Formats: sequence, structure tokens, C-alpha cells
Amino acid sequence: MLNPQLALYDQELSEIQAVADKLHQDSRARTVLIVDKNGQMIAASGVDAQLDTTSLSSLVAGNVAATGGIASLIKEDEFTGQYHEGKEISVHMTIVARRIILVVLFDKNTTQGLVRLRVRKADDALTAIFESLASKPQAAQEDVFKEITDEDIDNLFGP
Amino acid sequence: MSFINYSAREINCKLVYYGPGLCGKTTNLQFIYNKTRPESKGKMISLATETERTLFFDFLPLSLGEIRGFKTRFHLYTVPGQVFYDASRKLILKGVDGVCFVADSQLERMEANIESLDNLRFNLEEQGYDLDTIPYVIQYNKRDLPSAVPVEELRTTLNTSDVPDFEACAVTGEGVFDTLKALAKQVLTELRKGT
Repeated sequence: MLNPQLALYDQELSEIQAVADKLHQDSRARTVLIVDKNGQMIAASGVDAQLDTTSLSSLVAGNVAATGGIASLIKEDEFTGQYHEGKEISVHMTIVARRIILVVLFDKNTTQGLVRLRVRKADDALTAIFESLASKPQAAQEDVFKEITDEDIDNLFGP
Repeated sequence: MSFINYSAREINCKLVYYGPGLCGKTTNLQFIYNKTRPESKGKMISLATETERTLFFDFLPLSLGEIRGFKTRFHLYTVPGQVFYDASRKLILKGVDGVCFVADSQLERMEANIESLDNLRFNLEEQGYDLDTIPYVIQYNKRDLPSAVPVEELRTTLNTSDVPDFEACAVTGEGVFDTLKALAKQVLTELRKGT
């Protein structure tokens, strides 16, 4: 299949979380999200209770997909970065390792220049993590799901 | 492409509702949204025009409960049905785990159904998927309308690969959850195969 399943384990997730936390701190941003290109959130740092991260992740992925569509129309490979400037909060989005979107929400506590600088460092760290993940065999995951029975699936939907 | 988070013990899957313009894709999602307990659903997002036609997609996150200690989360998307939004439809199909084709049962929409189904097959192939092998269900919507074509006729024309199909009236909700359940079940069964 063209899109291999994305499976993340404790070790990678804690490494990814550490990158998100460090970027959040070093860039003085409000929030950092790490989102799969399909719109599923992988990690976040600095999220407050009001922020709907599920919706935000899906919209960010839609936005990046639309921009990717524009890129291919004009024969560009990919627009790796996007920036939306707001009155209070601005959004910086970067595509990492071709399949992950690094989203930074920031306000006047920092500058776009500092965010971009710190994002570049985080980009390198995340690329290394996702490249090593891509080369990792995924045998262990299959065993867990092979145990799922038809009854388990039926039970999900209730009587 | 499902996303399995072993650390948080979560399975995330993407389901797409496809079909011709005004066939009832958004109505399916709205009914699911209205009938789901608040703790099991997120916010429904509709990127629509001022006349409430889908412009890019509708999105509804659902939690169906736990399976072997893993929380199952389904992200439901619709595509814009109007012919000229084809570029957007292709984008939404990226990473799909299961497809529901919503057919409009009305006689005057048969051509639109066939065109949309051909378009689905073509767009999936472009992404490297095969409609004959991915989790897939068909819903014959608008069964309540007077000009509805008999189901057997719809089945012969649209369900040539004999996938699970359901009669529905998305406005009243008839058949909506049966369709979703059948598709989610196929996606989870596929996951068990380890694909």
C-alpha cells in the first residue's frame, strides 16, 4: 500500500514529546502541535483546555493538503513552510520528513524570526526520529491486533 | 492510513463519505453528530459555501470505545460532491482507511451516481488504492422519495463488487448508523490482518 500505517511506541513518542517541549520553551511560543499529514495529532506542548486540538489538527492538515495541491499544479515539489499572521496569535507550519506537520502558535511574547530559528532545529531532530521510525520493523504491532475477534468488534457497537 | 499510538493505546482511522452533489453525505454526518453522546464526539467542522454546499470537507471525530485496551477513534470526512471540486476530493482521499459511497436513489440522479463512482475509483487508483480491496460500503440514500429507483436496480448498476449495502434516509437517520457500523467493522477487520 502507498501509505504505510503509522505506528508509534513509547520510546519515539517520548522523544517526539521532548522535541515539542523544547521547541515550546526555546521559541517562547504559546502552543506547539505535531500533526500527521492526515490530520491526527501525535504530540503537543503548551495546550490549554480551550484549544480544540482535534479540530485544529484536521484543519491544519486540510490547509497543508490544499497548499500541496497548489504546489503540484505549478510544478513545485512542496511548500515546506506556511505562515498566517493574526492580530493576537500567528501560526507557523512546517512539513517535516514529508509526512509530519509541525505547528507553532505564537503571540507577541516572541518573534517570527525566533520561531523560525527554533523550528529549524526541531525539524532536524524530528526528521531523525521519523527516519529511524520508518526503518524500524513493525512486526510487534501485528501480534496485538491479530488477537482481535469478531466479538470484540461487535461489542464496540453495543447491542 | 490508520495511526496506532501504542503509548496512549489509541487506534485512529479515517473514513470518507463520497458521492454525487446533494446525495446526503453531510446529512449523514450531521445525523451521526446529533445522535452521538457528547463525550464520544468532537466538534463537527463544515467548510462550506454561503449556500451550505460543501466547499472542501466536513469533519467529525468519533470515539467508539475500547477494543483490547485500545481506544478506537474514527475521523469521518465528507468530500465536496460537485463535479468541479475534483482536486479537493483527491486531497481528502489521501490516507483513507475506508470509503462509504452515498448514492442518491432518485432516478434523475442515476447518471450522477455512476459518474461519481467512476470518479471515486479513478481518484483512489491515483493514490495507489483499489476500490475492490479497501474497506468499502454503499448506502442508497433518499429511499423515502417518490422517484426512488428500486434497490435491485441500484444494486445492479452501482454494487458490481457485491459489498455490504444499506438503504437509508439520512434526514430521518434510517440506515445511517448501520452504514457506519459496517464500514468501521471492515476497517477494524483489515487492521487485524495487519495491512
